Amino acid sequence: MEANRIYPDPALVREELIQKYPTKVAKKRSKSIIVNDPDTIPEVQANVRTVPGIITQRGCSYAGCKGVVLGPTRDIVNIVHGPIGCSFYAWLTRRNQTRPETPEDANYIPYCFSTDMQEENVVFGGEKKLKQAIQEAYDLFHPKSIAIFSTCPVGLIGDDVHAASREMKEKLGDCNVFGFSCEGYRGVSQSAGHHIANNGVFKHMVGRNNAAVEGKFKLNLLGEYNIGGDAFEIERIFEKCGITLVASFSGNSTVGQIENAHMADLNVILCHRSINYMGDMMETKYGIPWMKVNFVGAESSAKSLRKIAEYFGDAGLKARIEEVIAEEMPKVKAIIDEIRPRTEGKTAMLFVGGSRAHHYQDLFTELGMTTVAAGYEFAHRDDYEGRQVLPSIKIDADSKNIEELKVTPDPELYNPRKTEAELEALKEKGLEIIGYEGMMKQMKSKSLVVDDLSHYESEKLIEIYKPDIFCAGIKEKYVVQKMGVPLKQLHSYDYGGPYTGFEGAVNFYKDIDRMVNNPVWKLIKAPWEIAGNGSSAGLEASYVTQ
Amino acid sequence: MLLRHTTTEVKEREGLTINPAKTCQPVGAMYAALGIHGCLPHSHGSQGCCSYHRSTLTRHYKEPVMAATSSFTEGASVFGGQANLLASIETIFSVYDPDIIAVHSTCLSETIGDDLQQITRKAKDDGKIPEGKYVIYASTPSFVGSHITGYANMVTGMAEQFAESTGEKKNQINIVAGWMEPSDMREIKRLSKEMGVKIVLFPDTSDVLDAPQTGKHEFYPKGGVTIEELKSTGDSKFSLALGCISAEPGAIALEKKCKVPFETLDMPIGLSATDRFIMSLSKAAGVPVPAEITSERGRLVDVMADMEQYFHGKKVALFGDPDQLIPLTEFLLDLNMKPVHIVSGTPGNRFEKRMQEVLERIPGANFKNGQCADMFLLHQWIKNEPVDLLIGNTYGKYIARDEDIPFVRFGFPILDRIGHSYFPSVGYSGGLRLAEKILSVLMDQQDRTALEEKFELVM
Repeated sequence: MEANRIYPDPALVREELIQKYPTKVAKKRSKSIIVNDPDTIPEVQANVRTVPGIITQRGCSYAGCKGVVLGPTRDIVNIVHGPIGCSFYAWLTRRNQTRPETPEDANYIPYCFSTDMQEENVVFGGEKKLKQAIQEAYDLFHPKSIAIFSTCPVGLIGDDVHAASREMKEKLGDCNVFGFSCEGYRGVSQSAGHHIANNGVFKHMVGRNNAAVEGKFKLNLLGEYNIGGDAFEIERIFEKCGITLVASFSGNSTVGQIENAHMADLNVILCHRSINYMGDMMETKYGIPWMKVNFVGAESSAKSLRKIAEYFGDAGLKARIEEVIAEEMPKVKAIIDEIRPRTEGKTAMLFVGGSRAHHYQDLFTELGMTTVAAGYEFAHRDDYEGRQVLPSIKIDADSKNIEELKVTPDPELYNPRKTEAELEALKEKGLEIIGYEGMMKQMKSKSLVVDDLSHYESEKLIEIYKPDIFCAGIKEKYVVQKMGVPLKQLHSYDYGGPYTGFEGAVNFYKDIDRMVNNPVWKLIKAPWEIAGNGSSAGLEASYVTQ
Repeated sequence: MLLRHTTTEVKEREGLTINPAKTCQPVGAMYAALGIHGCLPHSHGSQGCCSYHRSTLTRHYKEPVMAATSSFTEGASVFGGQANLLASIETIFSVYDPDIIAVHSTCLSETIGDDLQQITRKAKDDGKIPEGKYVIYASTPSFVGSHITGYANMVTGMAEQFAESTGEKKNQINIVAGWMEPSDMREIKRLSKEMGVKIVLFPDTSDVLDAPQTGKHEFYPKGGVTIEELKSTGDSKFSLALGCISAEPGAIALEKKCKVPFETLDMPIGLSATDRFIMSLSKAAGVPVPAEITSERGRLVDVMADMEQYFHGKKVALFGDPDQLIPLTEFLLDLNMKPVHIVSGTPGNRFEKRMQEVLERIPGANFKNGQCADMFLLHQWIKNEPVDLLIGNTYGKYIARDEDIPFVRFGFPILDRIGHSYFPSVGYSGGLRLAEKILSVLMDQQDRTALEEKFELVM
């Protein structure tokens, strides 16, 4: 079927996308719109400032820090220091599911905390109100941890959230209080906030509890935020395989787990963009290697499990993982066999996130669908081209403002889990330790890669390619659907999911089948609007003459 | 329990707001600006603001919400955002070609002191605004007031920056819409037409945020008040402001600039407030009230009379925005219900005073607005004095589930249901819809929880 489809020449599409822009804008955008070649991967301009006024998908640093990384941990009281809006908009909107073990266990996720900064706080400073808010939160809830998030005005007026946090931590005694300078203007997107969050979690949480963790195969799950229950499915699989999950960063997690995370023997990274810093820092300080995995897609999940088995090098684990895969796959296969005839040859576009636009291509491949264009909202060049480009990435003024922690091996706790020789041996077996090959290597030749897609470009791409499904977020959802193309939200999953692991893959196949084959898309035109319909043509004519 | 940490004991808070019953100014300005035809709202601040506001409005309407941002970075925050706004204006006019860009500020641009008037003037002087196109602005610092304030500020900006008086009065009435749904604006227009009154309604989000599926994305949908209409508001013979907080400032601006006299009314929610609206419109336009409107009213009163036993004495907790809470509370009183707990994060003495007037009939009712008047406090009040019904935006569902209270979604934002943008809450038909919704949730609760021997077929 695919062979019948005529794809437009991507080089011409590229020209078309930038044609309407003012010269300077066109020049800038042209570097972010690239025709892919998986064999010689071209450079993509990424993680640079958005053109003002262009209508971007991007959000801010605060969204990346509080919304993405810190939000999903259920027992931290997250106080947003600033005017009310920032806390309000990040309140329960990311669908981070969590499952407290008992009805008494702390869970602050349904709550929204803010200092509701007023004009007088902007004029005279807001630290006093912030300290008051921390005290009130402590008196009401006695949480283990309170995290403070700075919004734009906070940095500008010079409130020192770190000093206020230190002071309150000392005063309260049994509550870990720490702050994040994640003002919305820092960096160029959410990405800056991820980095700031990683730094803070590493400095203030990881390593606070050295208690040994039971289990033979202990790992942390990095960059999995349990949207729609994704982490629950991965937890289910790990448990079945006999793998001990020490901490998740940060879906369905607790403060206690994160404080104990350095006792694991491996970090597996799902969302490379948002959490790779943590992997690197834990490697340097504690000697825990990290490995990129992907639990989006049934085949990818199986592959990721095998990688984990290979890392631990244990015959028992390898055998158990094969058993689990053998048990899970037939259910998945049965569904694919049923659905695939209806999805085969269809096309998808993915413009979302910093990893999702890559990971979800696996699921579409499993459905026999082709990704004709894809790009990230806030990723960096390494997420497109692979980590080998890291040394050649220029650090611009916007990135320079984000602190790089100086991490050194911990004098007591540094313990390389694998020797250099063992790591080399694993790499030789094809295991990518501390590596990520990026999105483009997997994408077809001549597919289009666009970073920080603008609204204008998205409409053009849809007009030109007429994809069967478009994947993005809530802001794009109804725009694209007005054009008669279904949009799958890959931030919130359209309130569905989970999409990870084996059960998640099945959920996704069913959702995509439902969306691309939904009869509603054929009902858009009224019968009297459809050309060639004899009776309607007559009707139309009579109306026209009126 | 979802809200397992909410304590029964109420302690005074001064620093910490928990579960707010408000959000910030810019989202209101963005919503208001969408009610101008051919307008692209523009957020002068960090990208996150625009992204959050678009997301919230999109989730509330399930519709495209187009808006642009100045995309501040650290540099702009230090050196000022003028360059970013000028660049935005140029990009927007060349790529998206709106008739108007409506710029609102944010806490960031306000804190650094960007002057929108000066920057838009510079854009004009530099030739960045094409002939026949406009850039209007409103100052909307997030650290003052609430989303309602931001809405009022943008509406005021429309009046101030567009209204012209030619010296020749037009036989038309301005209706300054308070923050209401597209369905409500459509209903106001229908009622006025029914009355035979020519009005200019602004802003007007009907046919913008309830656009039909046609297979084509209309970047500028057909709805919205036009520039010509906005200009003509200065020649109208009278203005009715629907809402003392969100609409009155717009009417005041018209009076100041073009000497258009005005009257401020409560938003026409429920029977009594709609009665006042109809009478004022009739008086201002000098037209009698047609029989059909009297019949519409009669149908609402009929339901109120026939169903009175189910409304009577039921205690209600509600939260939301001032111009909706005032007439809604009054309507509950007309239904013989007991609104006992009310919070709104929107500050203001005017609101407080008006609310106290309405609540005179319920001695001991709890009412708080402004800072720390949040849903945490409301929940605590409910724990101390339980209620039979909760009315508010979607966030209320957490309280409703934990406390097992029948819940009617009303206000902004409603993220988990549709209907608000299609079926009005204003006017007599809006009153019917509200009465039906309230009755349905009360009856559903009774049907779900009644003992088997007490389970009723007919009610």
